[in-house]
Amino acid sequence: MIFAKELGDTLRGALGDDERVVLLGEDIADPYGGAFKVTRGLSTAFPQRVRTTPISEGAIAGISAGLALAGYRPIAEVMFGDFLTLMFDQVVNHIAKYQKMYAEQATCPVIIRAATGGHRGYGPTHSQSLEKHFLGVPHLRVVAASLYHDPRVVFADFLGRDEPVLYVEHKLLYPQHLTPPVGGRVGDLIATSDNAPGMLPTVRLSAVPAEDCTVTVLAYGYQAMLAAQVIERLAIEEEIFAELVVPAQIAPMDWAPVERSVAVTGRLVTVEEGADGWSWGSEAASVISRRLFGKLRQPVDVVASEPTIIPSSKPKEADVLVGSARIEAAVRAAAR
Amino acid sequence: MSTALAPAQDGTDERLTGIPGEPLAHRRYRRMRFIRRFEETLLQLFEEGALNGTTHACIGQEADAVAVTEHLVEGDHIFSNHRCHGHYLAHSGDALGLMAEIMGKEAGVCRGLGGSQHICAPGFKSNGVQGGIVPNAAGIALANQLSGNDAVSVVFIGDGTLGEGVVYETLNMAALWKLPLLVVCEDNRWAQSTPIAANLAGDMASRFAAFGVPVREVDSTDVEELSGIAGEEVAAVRSGAGPRVLLIHTYRLCHHSKSDDERPEQEIAERWLVEPLLVHGRRLDESDRKRIEDEVETALSEVVATARASA
Repeated sequence: MIFAKELGDTLRGALGDDERVVLLGEDIADPYGGAFKVTRGLSTAFPQRVRTTPISEGAIAGISAGLALAGYRPIAEVMFGDFLTLMFDQVVNHIAKYQKMYAEQATCPVIIRAATGGHRGYGPTHSQSLEKHFLGVPHLRVVAASLYHDPRVVFADFLGRDEPVLYVEHKLLYPQHLTPPVGGRVGDLIATSDNAPGMLPTVRLSAVPAEDCTVTVLAYGYQAMLAAQVIERLAIEEEIFAELVVPAQIAPMDWAPVERSVAVTGRLVTVEEGADGWSWGSEAASVISRRLFGKLRQPVDVVASEPTIIPSSKPKEADVLVGSARIEAAVRAAAR
Repeated sequence: MSTALAPAQDGTDERLTGIPGEPLAHRRYRRMRFIRRFEETLLQLFEEGALNGTTHACIGQEADAVAVTEHLVEGDHIFSNHRCHGHYLAHSGDALGLMAEIMGKEAGVCRGLGGSQHICAPGFKSNGVQGGIVPNAAGIALANQLSGNDAVSVVFIGDGTLGEGVVYETLNMAALWKLPLLVVCEDNRWAQSTPIAANLAGDMASRFAAFGVPVREVDSTDVEELSGIAGEEVAAVRSGAGPRVLLIHTYRLCHHSKSDDERPEQEIAERWLVEPLLVHGRRLDESDRKRIEDEVETALSEVVATARASA
């Protein structure tokens, strides 16, 4: 089943199982059911707890915070991830701070879902992947949707914990079929899952056993899907063997699976769709360089989009955003 | 004696929160005197270097805190701002917890992590960023609505907070959803160093009225008058009619935080003639007033000594 539908079913299950779950967001009510149709049907089934809102991201986040402080489990939808900036104060100065600054006398487990990413020609304010601005916020978890992580597992984790989380859903994943590892495989790739305590699983994919790989690729979200296609193609066509590491939680990071892979390959390429500089990849480069200094055969290569606006024109957009060609070039260069 | 008055909480010092059986007028004076002297003591302790960080006193605004909180019951919730001491003390009576908190002690109500502006206790929270607490209070109101109880969520803001956009986003949603939210706006005429004339276009009350939220506007420092009005507003919100605003025009007699005051001396001097303790104190016999003041003083000095000695 496609990701948008599975996500919608996950939310329906959460609403049905737990009276404390409340969904807030712009245009999420029926018959429209949200810009990407994830919430379709839910307001009809749960009219009190699925509420469409005005265009008021700050209040959506702030009201969610109050609900969470009062013991509810709010899930706030951000129609386009670009609008996360309008929630930033609530996330940084309210939601993420409350539990710690109140000395554990309150918890604020708000779940924010945001549709992110480009490649659709939506232009400068409807195409961005702004999650890097949230990665360093203390006490905030940032989790990225991928085709290799079942949203039911992800939301069971969110709803079972007292911490706030930002869940970024690249909008090109919505129409894709989910492919979580089955029997140690994802399609023709070998799949391994690392399940560290308290962490969502990190999935590792490779065409040949990991110990035979010469490059590690670290990617999340839609870029992980593109990277999986790239490593499969390079393995078949050119016998370049790379291991792809796909975390669900991108901050704070469980670096152990990355370290294990890079300890074998000695080469790391990170891939993200957000703008280059001060990014997830920069942090990965810093951490891995520090921890595996002697084992790296070359500097970590950070692949990210151009640090500029995202054009509406499709060819111009493709020049700015990371896509398969740039991932492939980086993996080839690393394997040389 | 009114039965509407919330009793002092367990474990609090009756000399600060109210002696059982004493007339309501005495109790109100005692609570306002408690808040006044607590904050004056804080300012003194700052001078001594016994405190760190900063503090924002509500000296001159004590009547608002006492008047509103006496109509709240268990299950209700207060969200307050950076100028939260009066609201917190009127709500909880927890002088020691707050004093130890501002001293940065482990014995503080948030173990010294929150300091003056970031307080959490049963039925009470505060945060130091303007405006953002309004949707938080509205979220608590939504939780009450969904739970089907008749609890009220009260948020205290100031005139300066009316510059923040999220306040209006929240008023819109609170009105649409008929949330049990009471916004108490304490207009103390100055936002830090900026007078409302340089801060605020148009009419204050109209801003709320634009969302169809009823506004009760009062210019008073009289705790009795304020209490009557606050009681009606709390009851109206509790009845499920939706959000309301209590707009109190008052005055801050002290500086904004510790030593930043450029306001005209004449303006401040005039307001000292109508400050809440003076206004309400006239209703008490001289001997009663003196006795209450002495009891508050003794109790507070014990609080300071205990807080100083605590870990």
